[in-house]
Amino acid sequence: MSDYVVPVLLAGAALYALARRTDVYAALTDGAAAGLKTVGRIFPSLVALLTAVYMFRASGALDGLTALFAPALRLLGVPPETAGIMLVRPISGSAALAVAGEVMAAHGPDSNLGRTAAVMLGCSETTFYTVAVYFGAARIRRTRHAIPAALIADLTGFLAAAWTVKFFFPE
Amino acid sequence: MAMDAVWTILTVTAVIWGAAAGRMGAVSAAALEGAAAGVQLCLSLAGAVCLWSGVMELLRRCGLAEKLAMVLRPVLGRLLPEASADPDTLAALSGNVSANLLGLGNAATPLGMEAACAMAEGCGGRASDELVRLVVLNTASIQLLPTTAAALRTALGSAAPLDILPCVWIGSALSVAAGLLAARLLEGVWR
Repeated sequence: MSDYVVPVLLAGAALYALARRTDVYAALTDGAAAGLKTVGRIFPSLVALLTAVYMFRASGALDGLTALFAPALRLLGVPPETAGIMLVRPISGSAALAVAGEVMAAHGPDSNLGRTAAVMLGCSETTFYTVAVYFGAARIRRTRHAIPAALIADLTGFLAAAWTVKFFFPE
Repeated sequence: MAMDAVWTILTVTAVIWGAAAGRMGAVSAAALEGAAAGVQLCLSLAGAVCLWSGVMELLRRCGLAEKLAMVLRPVLGRLLPEASADPDTLAALSGNVSANLLGLGNAATPLGMEAACAMAEGCGGRASDELVRLVVLNTASIQLLPTTAAALRTALGSAAPLDILPCVWIGSALSVAAGLLAARLLEGVWR
């Protein structure tokens, strides 16, 4: 079933767009150009961050950190290996990408741990960046309960990531 | 800035911990391995990110974003009644949310900022309840296709990168609901 999602989505979008007289190919290539810009923008920070993450892991500090949070996370049904993702996700999108990529590479993207890492990325945002952009544009100094509420949303997303993966992919 | 602290904490901890654990050789090798891994990850991500951005741009141009915006208007009217009373702000808001749903951050942010500026007019630098709700809506990622997460899985050799779709949808929905509920509960406390 999931084998059909990508090919049918690609062909279906093209058919639908052509029927609506959209310039299919130009839209695809313009979008791809914007995507390349995104890749270019995260390139320097991925190199810098993976350097730091690799050093952190090689020193044994990552294992120490994971062990520190493990009891609390296990109690909540969250794999302790994802602690690093949850810590950096609200601060930096590319750091979270780097850490999640490491978890997926170490345990396999199709393991439940790898899936949980991906779902965590998919249902959270770079909260502090978003808050800074919106309130900066609107010249808001008193942000009130925005950050606590947004962090509660992120935390809920992380917990739900672990639980839904367990539910949909029983081992 | 936050990232200065993150990078410094990671590297300084690595040096102290590595020295204490007698693993400096590994830490030293890891620095350059990490840099190379960053390049590799970026290159293997590029194909999927470009493809998905292209498809999402296609969906936007063929009118799907507008359709989504139409569907969203009644929801936004309930969630942000004051802001939705102004037609220009409502247009920016529905554009913002539909671009978010399509995962087009580059299109979503300017529209959201436009709406936020209109909503902040005459508030004297204090975020209104509705403005906080808009920000929470934007910090809780709601996406039809989690393209970056799927691209990362593809880059690492996943057999079915999109098999996480139901998990991401349910997770995002719960996250948005919790964020909005928290905002509702806290708005009376945090004046």
